[in-house]
Amino acid sequence: MKREIWKGSEAIAEAAIRAGCRGFFGYPITPQNEIPEYMSLKMPESGGVFVQAESELAAINMVYGAAASGMRAMTSSSSPGISLKQEGISYMVGAELPGVIVNVMRGGPGLGSIQPGQSDYHQATRGGGNGDYRMVVLAPANLQEAVDVMADAFDIADQYRNPVMVLADGLIGQMMEPIVWKEHTPRVLPEKTWAADGRRGRAHNNFITSLLLEADACEKRNIGLKAKFDEMEKNECRWEEVNTEDAEVILVAYGTPARIALSAAEQLRAQGIKAGVLRPITVWPFPHARLRELAEGSCRGFLAVEMSQGQMVDDVRMAVGEKKPVGFYGRCGGVVPTVSEVRLAAEEFFKEVQ
Amino acid sequence: MTTIYRKSTGLQDTELHYCPGCSHGTVHKLVAEVLEEMNAVDTSICICPVGCAVLAGNYFACDTIEAAHGRAPAVATAVKRLHPDQPVFTYQGDGDLASIGAAEIVHAAMRGEKFTTIFINNAIYGMTGGQMAPTTLIGQRATTAPLGRTVEQAGSPIRMAEMLSTLDGLVYAERVCVTDIPHLNKAKKAIRKAFQKQMAGEGFTFIEVIAACPTNWGMDIVEANQWLMEHMAAYYPLGVIKDKEAE
Amino acid sequence: MKKREIILSGFGGQGVMSIGKNLAEAGVVEGLEVSWVPSYGPEMRGGTANCTVILSEHRIGAPLVEQTTEIVVMNRPSLIKFEPTLEPGGIAFINSSIVPDKVTRDDIRAVYVPCDAIAAELGNLKVGNMVMLGAYIGATEALKVETIEEMIHEMFTGKKAKLVPLNLEALHRGIACAKEQMA
Repeated sequence: MKREIWKGSEAIAEAAIRAGCRGFFGYPITPQNEIPEYMSLKMPESGGVFVQAESELAAINMVYGAAASGMRAMTSSSSPGISLKQEGISYMVGAELPGVIVNVMRGGPGLGSIQPGQSDYHQATRGGGNGDYRMVVLAPANLQEAVDVMADAFDIADQYRNPVMVLADGLIGQMMEPIVWKEHTPRVLPEKTWAADGRRGRAHNNFITSLLLEADACEKRNIGLKAKFDEMEKNECRWEEVNTEDAEVILVAYGTPARIALSAAEQLRAQGIKAGVLRPITVWPFPHARLRELAEGSCRGFLAVEMSQGQMVDDVRMAVGEKKPVGFYGRCGGVVPTVSEVRLAAEEFFKEVQ
Repeated sequence: MTTIYRKSTGLQDTELHYCPGCSHGTVHKLVAEVLEEMNAVDTSICICPVGCAVLAGNYFACDTIEAAHGRAPAVATAVKRLHPDQPVFTYQGDGDLASIGAAEIVHAAMRGEKFTTIFINNAIYGMTGGQMAPTTLIGQRATTAPLGRTVEQAGSPIRMAEMLSTLDGLVYAERVCVTDIPHLNKAKKAIRKAFQKQMAGEGFTFIEVIAACPTNWGMDIVEANQWLMEHMAAYYPLGVIKDKEAE
Repeated sequence: MKKREIILSGFGGQGVMSIGKNLAEAGVVEGLEVSWVPSYGPEMRGGTANCTVILSEHRIGAPLVEQTTEIVVMNRPSLIKFEPTLEPGGIAFINSSIVPDKVTRDDIRAVYVPCDAIAAELGNLKVGNMVMLGAYIGATEALKVETIEEMIHEMFTGKKAKLVPLNLEALHRGIACAKEQMA
């Protein structure tokens, strides 16, 4: 199959169109403007709808509307804009609506910087909106994976009737890499008989809402949602391992830092330290079970590497528990760690745990 | 046996939860009748608000989507664009539309989105218990303006129909009320006209209903309707605010 | 093939981003793993822009580099900033029409390419980039000349097809310029 070189943001947008996305609703924010820019031209060409919304709030609620009426829809933004979308994400979970939200993360908090960041991990994996909820969060580390997960994201969203987030960082959004447009085998998905798209002979009206005024009914809804979250956790967890089998130290990282960790691990191996990398592809569900398994093996310790002050490391600690030491190295505010920084941090950490 | 009255097929056979004297039930009925008469119950999609009409999907017979507070016009934008041949309307109160959702309604109107908004202006937050709305009149008491709204504290009430009419995307705006049969008939005519213009693809259409909330106004039903005609209609003049075709 | 880790830098509008893209695209044609990362920070607004290109036979880890195998500098601040990143034996490609300076290190090599002067000679200032791309290919032989030639044919089609000979000439002038200095 033909390899084509694409820019990250545009590849993500094109992948969404190919996945059958029929509505894109967004608001400009750096570093993801190429997604709405691409969509503004290509979405109408493919028979879909593009609206530049008046705000991120409006954009996510347009996704809510599109999804409620049975159409595949998405929005994209970057960190501060994603904060504004949290309301809509919570409502989508509550009303059981599918949809895809792309966060091309930058430095925070507040306006922060426009350079790559990963400090929205807690927000993405714990839920930045109100209520007891979860969503699958896919975190690609290269452009091939970015386009592959877009197709999956829409399927996962439709399968569970729940929003899905694609969590990238500014570097993934801005870089160019070769990709191959693979044939996507769609999942067998339930028909959207619940959609509010006009009754057309249906015996009853469909009423999409997240409101359940009776506490008992609301609890029941929550229990139903939890059952779906459990299914997602069971079925959707993905990760990649490189040289973990004999590793003395395992670097745990997702997105761009995972690439840096891979390079660092290679250098560590060359120096005689057996390093491996575990790269979560879904950060929720997080590969806790696999990490726990590795912690029971011969590995001396785990070093989380992030572009934040330490968020994913909480998940690593939760998985590893007291079994092995867990260290952390991170840069934040838009600073991308260098390979040698990570290598040195791993060397230091290895000395401690040896 | 002759049928002299039946409920519109635009409504489900459910009991409304609205308070006695509240205008919501009447407006629901008018919208439902228009949908039925236009043979559109089966195709229409309603976007209902946060506020007293939050459960409108339990009453309207058409498919309904409950939106987050103020966001109904954003939700409706996507629904209408993806289902351009189907009637779409938002049904919103004054807190929802004129306060928290001010941006959404302004921009939907600016874009000339081809849906209809039914705006229930009763000058108060009903569901949360009588707090001041952006449409609360000067001197009117509310639980967050216990001594009455003052210009110094809260500015002057907002006239949404007039404000939105400055936007080219809005093709038709009329302010109506449902206090008596002649007004009710006019209101229904206005609602029908809005839906017709929507389906003709002319642009955004807006019906503002100045409505009674006897419960939160602390009045009986007769008093409330009198107060509405005396005070609200004085500040919010009834009639066509904009009709692009007629201009 | 040796892994290439290249930083290309210059004023906005000098075409460093597109030289980088050309390298990456040619790499894809030749079946290599490639990555192209632009600087997209505030420096884009008016100042110096740069991009990082990696060409490799193996999976690319970190797409940003600390040490470069080559740098392509189109203005003076870029030389000052990126000369220290070159690995010993690395090559600095310098647009000598704009940058009067020589490299300061003696453990690296330099190829001085009067891009703008050559482009002016060819009668179109826009092909300065192509001259520089030619110089890079000529000196490193990291990619095949034919690959770039084919790309030029693909880049300029239809009404623009008349630009093909000009660009090919620019490419070869760049190659010749580099070969002369590397000899």
